[in-house]
Amino acid sequence: MMDLMTLIPVLDSTIRLSTPLLLACLAGLFSERAGVFDIGLEGKMLMAAFFSAAIASVTGSVWLGLLAGIASSMVLAGLHGLASITFRGNQLISGVAINFLAAGITVLIAQHWFHQGGRTPSLIGAGRFSPIELPLAGPLSGVPVLGPVYSDLLSGHSVLVYIAFLAVPATWWVLYRTRFGLRLRAVGENPAAVDTSGVSVVGMRYAAVAICGLLCGIAGAYLATALQAGFVKDMTAGRGFIALAALIFAKWRPWHAMWACLLFGFLQAVALRYQNIDIGGVVIPVQVMDALPYILTVVILAGFVGKAIPPRAGGEPYVKER
Amino acid sequence: MTLLKSLMGAAAAMALSAGAALAEPALIFDLGGKFDKSFNEAAFTGAQRWADETGGSFREIELQSEAQREQALRRFAEAGANPIITMGFAMADPLSNVAPDYPDTKFVVVDVTWIKGDNIRQLGFAEHEGSYLVGMLAAMASKSGTVGFIGGMDVPLIRHFGCGYAQGVKAVNPDAKIIANMTGTTPAAWNDPVKGSELTKAQISQGADVIYAAAGGTGVGVLQTAADEGILSIGVDSNQNHLHPGKVLTSMLKRVDVAVYDAMKAGNDVEPGVFVLGLAEDGVGYALDDNNAALITPEMKAAADSARDKIISGDIKVTSYYENDSCPVLDF
Repeated sequence: MMDLMTLIPVLDSTIRLSTPLLLACLAGLFSERAGVFDIGLEGKMLMAAFFSAAIASVTGSVWLGLLAGIASSMVLAGLHGLASITFRGNQLISGVAINFLAAGITVLIAQHWFHQGGRTPSLIGAGRFSPIELPLAGPLSGVPVLGPVYSDLLSGHSVLVYIAFLAVPATWWVLYRTRFGLRLRAVGENPAAVDTSGVSVVGMRYAAVAICGLLCGIAGAYLATALQAGFVKDMTAGRGFIALAALIFAKWRPWHAMWACLLFGFLQAVALRYQNIDIGGVVIPVQVMDALPYILTVVILAGFVGKAIPPRAGGEPYVKER
Repeated sequence: MTLLKSLMGAAAAMALSAGAALAEPALIFDLGGKFDKSFNEAAFTGAQRWADETGGSFREIELQSEAQREQALRRFAEAGANPIITMGFAMADPLSNVAPDYPDTKFVVVDVTWIKGDNIRQLGFAEHEGSYLVGMLAAMASKSGTVGFIGGMDVPLIRHFGCGYAQGVKAVNPDAKIIANMTGTTPAAWNDPVKGSELTKAQISQGADVIYAAAGGTGVGVLQTAADEGILSIGVDSNQNHLHPGKVLTSMLKRVDVAVYDAMKAGNDVEPGVFVLGLAEDGVGYALDDNNAALITPEMKAAADSARDKIISGDIKVTSYYENDSCPVLDF
């Protein structure tokens, strides 16, 4: 049985690995709840990872880097909006195009600017997000059980981690307790009804896509400037797709999204620490742990555990008059 | 038909013009990319040195996918490049398909020693010997008695690195604990620094205070996290001591740059056959420069250098992972 001291580093790692998933998952949630499917989460994160690291390295300020990352991600989000909302193109194809575009253009620009083979120089000092100690983390660490949990597990992450987890209640509040959220959800379910009541469907969808860009931007910046100290090509390594799987797993609901991301992060953390897990004589290879998020998502989609019903108008461009 | 004719005509014209001019060497980088700060970058460094010294030029391509391997080989061969230098064990099969079709072209392959062909120069490195030396240094630098190894993709070559390292560690401290992890089982494992960081943190929490990364681009994350957390790391292939001065204990050098430089210098006269470059040929070794001078004490250097001499003379035998696909002192 795992004791607390071996469990805490695993959970600590879970939080670090879940954070980019959670941000991207919430980003997808806003977009898809408004009826715009987005498989370009990966590309937007990658773009933001590059621009945040590049600007942070040039200016020496991680906050400027974060802003640049968010801006670049929002530009891609705008592109997705233009293709799929204004020009009513296929949302999935637009998303795929964004992924390819980001994978290629980041390395191209990185090579042109820094001549280090598609990577940015290592960030130092104020060019990175450093861990922040929560108040009283030091004195409380001696308290049994709760002390280590507070000082080792909850304290000592970068500010973006706390932003990500605070974004969960914020998302819930915006979606379910504000007029904006009601309209946003309605646009994803029945855009014609929203249009009839005099609210702009196109405007709502652009707003949702912009929020999606913002959150993906933070996720990318977290990867490049908080977890790592610079950009490396393809550094998102499929996390945008795992976030998408988490979104389906959570059935497009914010609190569930957080638990899904924590679960998927936990699976990754365990897979990294214990290469082959021996449960009662049966050895589970590490590849199974890596594939588990996708397997679970397929199980959910197949309807074995409840039913995942996407927003009804998802994937459909809104046409005012037929 | 006319299109085919004109294409063939063009190919013939290219072959003729290439034959007329002095043949250029070509260099094919593996999936890790030209600037991986490691294996492929070492090849590029060697090629660039040749170009700077001779004023010559070389053709190059960075592979983006598995499917391009054979295509790239054939294109360079058709274009008259000679010799064609390829990087990495994954080139073995494509090369054994392509090389017989171009008997007048010389091929050089690094990290492959087992294919047939009269026009192929196959270069292997005794990575286990170099890894043995850095393993000794790691064990001597470790205060906790626990050291780590982080591999990239789980392939025999990387286990070969890890096995030599473990033997070196055990030679200095038979009670030392070695934690070995692989990043993954797909080529993505060469380029995932986030996973590299997490593995590093995991090993630190298990007590490791020196970690050897043989993981391509993933190693960047390992070295970064080791420097952040205040422990020592060991780089691989190229000299990576400069990445975090004073925080990287040493680097296991694999003189791919020398091998590529020599092949380009020999040009068309490059000698085919199988060559394994070990400590005796200076094909592998450990890096000592201003960045890590303070970390390697004279005693450590003396011990490593005497082990080096003993390996060359045969007094110390470092077991290769390839001998029976297992490691005597480490389970992966």
